[in-house]
Order: sequence, then structure tokens, then C-alpha cells
Amino acid sequence: MKKKIVSIVSGFLLAVSGTVFAEPLKIGMVTTLSTKAGYLGEDIRDGFKLAIEQGGGKLGGVPVELMVDDDGRKPGKGKQIADRYMKRDKVKIMTGIVFSNVAMAVVPKVVRNDVVYISPNAGPSALAGKGCHENYFNVAWQNDNLSEAAGKHVAEQGFKNVYMLAPNYPAGKDAISGFKRFYKGKIAGEVYTKLGQSDYAAELAALRAAKPDAVLFFLPGGMGINFIKQYAQAGLNKQIPLFGPAFSFDERILKAVGDAAVGVVNGSQWTHDLDNDANKAFVASFKKVYGRTPTLYASQGFDAANLIGSAIEAVNGDLSDIGAFRDAIRKAEFDSVRGAFRFGRNQHPVQDLYVREVIKTADGNTTNKTLKKVSENHVDAYVSQCKM
Amino acid sequence: MLLFIEQILNGLQLGITLFLMSAGLTLIFGIMRIINLAHGSFYMIGAYVAATVASYSGSFLLGLLAALPAAALTGMLVEMIVFRKLYQRDHLDQVLATFGLILFFNELTRIIWGRQPLFMDVPSWLSGTVELIPGAPYPAYRLAIIVVGIIVALSLYLLFTRTRLGMQIRAGAANREMIAALGVNIKLLNTLVFGLGTLLAGLAGVMAGPILAVEAGMGESILIMTFVVIVIGGIGSIRGAMIAALLVGLVDTLGRFLLPELLRLFLPAATADGAGISLASMSVYILMAAILIWRPRGLFPVQG
Repeated sequence: MKKKIVSIVSGFLLAVSGTVFAEPLKIGMVTTLSTKAGYLGEDIRDGFKLAIEQGGGKLGGVPVELMVDDDGRKPGKGKQIADRYMKRDKVKIMTGIVFSNVAMAVVPKVVRNDVVYISPNAGPSALAGKGCHENYFNVAWQNDNLSEAAGKHVAEQGFKNVYMLAPNYPAGKDAISGFKRFYKGKIAGEVYTKLGQSDYAAELAALRAAKPDAVLFFLPGGMGINFIKQYAQAGLNKQIPLFGPAFSFDERILKAVGDAAVGVVNGSQWTHDLDNDANKAFVASFKKVYGRTPTLYASQGFDAANLIGSAIEAVNGDLSDIGAFRDAIRKAEFDSVRGAFRFGRNQHPVQDLYVREVIKTADGNTTNKTLKKVSENHVDAYVSQCKM
Repeated sequence: MLLFIEQILNGLQLGITLFLMSAGLTLIFGIMRIINLAHGSFYMIGAYVAATVASYSGSFLLGLLAALPAAALTGMLVEMIVFRKLYQRDHLDQVLATFGLILFFNELTRIIWGRQPLFMDVPSWLSGTVELIPGAPYPAYRLAIIVVGIIVALSLYLLFTRTRLGMQIRAGAANREMIAALGVNIKLLNTLVFGLGTLLAGLAGVMAGPILAVEAGMGESILIMTFVVIVIGGIGSIRGAMIAALLVGLVDTLGRFLLPELLRLFLPAATADGAGISLASMSVYILMAAILIWRPRGLFPVQG
């Protein structure tokens, strides 16, 4: 009996001292888990967690604790969470934000407070250009990039009369300007729809009447599902080819759209079939752990975690010198699942962009297949405005 | 001209979908005097159940047959558990409670079905297009929605004017205490009406499933338009709901189509498009305001 008590007590002491000496490094993730767009945050989180699990609870050899909270797609809520991470948890590394409007509310404040923020998704132009900051890194893309890839492909394919469609809000306008940066031909129509619109019958009738030879569109999430289904039901998918950024064609949206999306060509920086070792291992392991094909959001979460891990390893888990940590991140010495990756001067990715086609597999599912590379070492359009 | 006719069809089809939603809502408000913000949740339940059953059985009709009772039974259950406690409370309590129900149902669908939007396709016998007017192919499924809406409108008309139940419902809307005093079981009547209302919302959800994304929170986007419709039509009036739904559907669709074109006549294209789209999204609310100035209780106010 006595022996037992002694062992319990000593076990307890060990446990206590253990936590004192190996306090895990805290990483704060602000992301969107509720609302219709909740699956984006879910994939970013799951991709990030996968990297931690593969390291046995460690990133770069240092134990980490990932704190996740849901911003509900609201800038105010995102700010509150970030404040709490900074004040209560003394977090030095933050990541996770999905939407640009949330990022604009949170990022400028946290980077001023010596927190390093790694964006796994949102890449608003303001933060790539005039508002760039030494503590802000984007490991995904600048918002325009995937639209630029789609626009460039359409121009290269020789389409001469293109119809463009996007929701009437800042990211929608960014997407259209991204299309136009590379497509210089005639514009059959440039239409902005209501954000959150579900019925596109009026737009589709006008589109048919305008007789374009291709359609470039950006409608993220549920809006894209609605549009693609209705486009196919109107019989337009057999007449006028559809192009856009990958946001309307991730693996989870394709499940909800089915055959209606087959044949659509879309621009992306990553696809699950990209041929490199890091990617093959990531896709196999993600499927095994979560039982679904990863989306580009999951790949971005995974890359964000490995980027952070590479920098933690370089400074041996010591974040007291934030400058050294920042330098280590800037080197980007990690195996990105998209292949070649480095940071440009404004700390946004310089990367290859691809177009991919939605195909039907032998077992009846729809998925993306990489068609070709449209841009090598693509640099975003705002880097010249960044004074850093 | 061809385009204009096609847009009118689009407007009618949107109007019919809105009618299916607003008929149920206006019934519930007319009879029970209760503001039911959760009406969109029954629309969502209809779509989710239909999508699930259709994907397992491969049949759209089986999905429809499963979804209607599911929406109606959930509605009656919610009426018995939640709404009976709310009849005597004021409108603010009702709004709070039914808003809570929206959150509850959205989270429940996420727990049961996950965050991933569901897939639901047009039945194969309704895919494809019909050339109703030569040169303007129109999706067959959208025509089917118009037909379903007309059938529902006729059945409701017969139910209310030709049956005993319909008479009791109308009497209940006019004077609740009096028909209770005459020995009609008003509790049962309430539950039935609520079930009928949610059944119609479920039907609207099923019909919308193949066109729209079936996802948690899909009910909220149509709910606001539905409220606009019943306010314009006169709260409690099915006939008002029908006329107002068509009006709102047409104004919204034609507004989106015509306003930018109209403004382009005297503004530069970019400004015209921007202003046009903003005006178009306001158009139904402007219509509502104008009608309320002209007829403060809506187009067909219910006497009472």
C-alpha cells in the first residue's frame, strides 16, 4: 500500500516537472468552422493537424500545442480570438484565417504586436502591396493568382470573346481584374451578381444571348455549386466552355455538383495528382486519416504547418528572437506539396500555377486532373507596391 | 424580345418557388399569429432528406415521397414541443425562440450530414431542355417547378373553398376564440395547419434541391424574400401570397436583367453595371415599401 502511494506521488511529481520543462510551443489558429464555408476551415485545420501528427505531436522536433477557434466568418469575432491568443496565451505564431475580410481585420494588428502570422488561405491585395509587413507571410497565394492562371489559359487557348461573372464584393472584383491581367481580348459581358445569390436563371439567359465563346467565372462555395448545376441544366455546358479559379472546384464541391462540372478547366497552384514525393505521401496519409481526398485548402494547411516546423527547427524552438525566426521562415526550407516554392520580396509565394480539368473517374466519381503548367515561378502583381 | 420572354419565364419560376414557401408561412402566421423564422429550416430538411433518399435509392420521386412527410412530421413535432408554449407570448419572444430553432436545425444537419454540401441531381426524365419558344431552350426541370406550383395553388384553393377543414382554417384565421367556442379542436387544427405549412416548405426544398446547393443554412437565403412576399400579399392570405410571389419573382428577375441595361443608356458601362446591380438587389424592397404606402396591410388583407 505504502509503496503504491509512493509510486503515485512520484508519478505525479514526474508529470508536473515534465510539463514544466517541456511546455509545448503554442500556435494560435483563427479559422472558419461554422457557416456554409465551414468546410474550408475544417480542411485547413485537418491538414495542419496531420503535419503535427506525423511529427508525433511535434513540429521541427519541438512539441507544439495547436489552439483552434472558430471566427464564424466574422471579422469582429476573429479579432477577439486573436486578442485572447496574444494576451492570455502569449502566442507568438498565428495562422488559419480563411476569408480576406477577416484577415484585414486581424492581421495588421497581430503583426504589429510581434506575432508572426502565416496565412494558409486569404491573400488580399492590400497585404501583398502597400500593407505588406515583415511578420506577415502567405503560404497559399495572393487572391488574384488562381484567376490569373484561368485567364492566362483562356487567352492561350485562343478564345476571343469572353463573358465574365463574379459576385459584387472586393474578392469578386479582384478575380475579374485577375482574369483581365492576362486575357486582353474582347469582353462579351462583365457581370457582377449579388453576393450569396442562389438563382442564376436571369444571368444565364443574358449570357446565352451574348453568344460568348468562353465563360470565366468566380463564384466561391455554394454560389458556385448553384451556378454550375444551373449552367448544365440550361444545356450551356455543351455549347460554351467554362473556366475559373479552383475555388469553385475543390474536391468537396465536386461531390455536390456531380456530372455538371465535368470538362470544366480551372486554375490552381496544387492538385492531389501533382507528381512529387511530398505530395504523394501527403495525399495517401490524408486519405488514410480522414477518409476523403484532400482539397487545396488542406494542402495549404499542411504546407503552413511544415513551413512553421522548418523555422522552429532552425531556431531550436527558441522564439525569443523573433527576427531570427522570421529569417528562418523566409528561407522556406520545407518540402511543399506543390513542388518548388519560395517567398518573393513581399513574402508571398513565387510558385508554378496549373490548370486542371474536372474528369469522371472509372468508379463514377468526379475529380480534378492536372492538365498543364500555365505559369512558372509566378509572382503576384502587387509586389512592386510593397516597401520592405 | 426572345430574351425578354425567357426572363419572364425565369421570373415566374422564381415566383412559384417563393409561393411554395410563403403559402406555408402565411398560413401559419394567419392562423396562429406567430412569427416563424424557422420556416426556412423545414425547407432545408426537405432538401436534405430528399437528397439523401434520392442518392441511396437513385429515385427522385422516392426522395420526394420521403421528404414531404419528414418535413410535415418535424413541423408538427416542433409545433407540439415549442410553439404551443409561444402562442400566448409576444412577438419578440417568438422571434427569439424561432431564431434559436434556426441555429438548432443548422447545427443538427451539420452533426448528421457533416459540413459537406450534398449532391442532388435533376431526375433523368426532366434533364434536358424544352424549346417552348423556338430559339430559346428552357430547362425542363424549371418548367416542372412551374407546373408543381400551379397544382399546389389549385389544391390549396380547393382545400380552402370546398372542404370543411378549409372552412375551419379560414374561420380560425378570422376569429380564433369564436371557433374554439363553437367546439372545434383548435389545438389539433393548429398542429395540422403547421404540418401543412412545413410540408409546403419541404416541397419547396425538394424542388430547389437539384438547382441549388443542399447545405446547412440554405433556408435563410430564401427566408427574407418569403417574408417580403407575405407582407406584400397581406399576412394570412394565400391568394395574396400567390400574387405577391409572382410579382416579387418578376421584379427581382427583370430588375437584374433590365436595370443595368437601362442605366447604360445614360451612364458609362462600369458605373451603370455597379449601380444597376445595387438597384436590382433593392428592387423588391422598394416594391414592398411602395405597396405598403399604398395599402398598409398588403394587397389582400385578411379581415379580422
